[in-house]
Amino acid sequence: MSDPIPCPMTLEEMTDAYFLDHRAKMIDIAAFLDRLDRAQSDQTDDDFRIKAFRECLQLLIDGRSDRARRILEKLSDHSTEPLDQAPMKGAMGAPPPSA
Amino acid sequence: MRYIDPHIHMVSRTTDDYQRMALAGCVAITEPAFWAGFDRSSPQGFYDYYRQLTETEPARARTYGIRHHCWLCVNPKEAEDAGFAREVMSIIPEFMDQPNVLGIGEIGLNKNSKNELLILEAHLDLARRTDQLVLVHTPHLEDKLKGTILIMDAVRNAGLDPERVLIDHVEEHTVSAVLDQGFWAGMTLYPETKCTPQRAVDILETYGTERLWMNSAGDWGPSDPLAVPKARVEMQRRGHSLDMIQTVTWDNPMTFLSRSPNFRASDD
Repeated sequence: MSDPIPCPMTLEEMTDAYFLDHRAKMIDIAAFLDRLDRAQSDQTDDDFRIKAFRECLQLLIDGRSDRARRILEKLSDHSTEPLDQAPMKGAMGAPPPSA
Repeated sequence: MRYIDPHIHMVSRTTDDYQRMALAGCVAITEPAFWAGFDRSSPQGFYDYYRQLTETEPARARTYGIRHHCWLCVNPKEAEDAGFAREVMSIIPEFMDQPNVLGIGEIGLNKNSKNELLILEAHLDLARRTDQLVLVHTPHLEDKLKGTILIMDAVRNAGLDPERVLIDHVEEHTVSAVLDQGFWAGMTLYPETKCTPQRAVDILETYGTERLWMNSAGDWGPSDPLAVPKARVEMQRRGHSLDMIQTVTWDNPMTFLSRSPNFRASDD
């Protein structure tokens, strides 16, 4: 692996370049959580994907770095053996409870 | 500045996309065999697909000054029926001598099942016996981390040189292991899944440019055939050097792909 290549932007330049885009994404997340609150369901517990999503939100504000990697790991199946059979072709975005 | 898109599924794209890519500086592409969005019903369906990859698409690309290359395999989404997959694999050698074929790909895993792994191992054996380059698809979303580890183990067990294997669709949680084990790594630029151009540049800043490339993997789903030039703009926006942009979008794909005698980026 080669050496890291520092981003030439200053912190201020980076904030100017990316703040509005990520402000919008943050409000999208907030609106998504509000939408879930309004949704009607007989379920008392969160869907496993929403549960994982809420856990990931905690990683965003824990003050530690490597957030993208750690969130991707949180959303990963950590089993090690091949499945006996593929249950479907697609993926869910978070490991189902059986994984 | 010219560039190479080393992973794009042009059978799913319009001729307008070829034109737009050419206008953006694309001079060469490589197209791995993949899933059509439905399971093909017979080996003959694959036979026709391989003809499309080796005859039709090179001609369509040539119209826009783009050199078209391809990789052949049974993709992992159609590997669960191992008997069917082996039957299809038996017709691949017939196409390996076509002048635009670079190797075996995109093989790999989808749901990390035992049959997918069996067919992956059969492809790796074919690549080893015929001394072909390999392009590997890693699974989607929650399956990627586990699948990447299983794939790297399978490649090692097959006795292939990691320097002749590119493991594609790496993200922040897999890129380090892939590079540490000596493989080449591809970052796929997708609007929703895999990497955005911004995250791909973050990965370059974190891990450097050695043995890394980026691709659009444009196909029939949400994807952007101009994702590579957009990532170049992102690098420029951050103030990165033209040398760095050239390394990732030209020099690196040239270095890896030129290990196949069939790869030519341009006439010069």
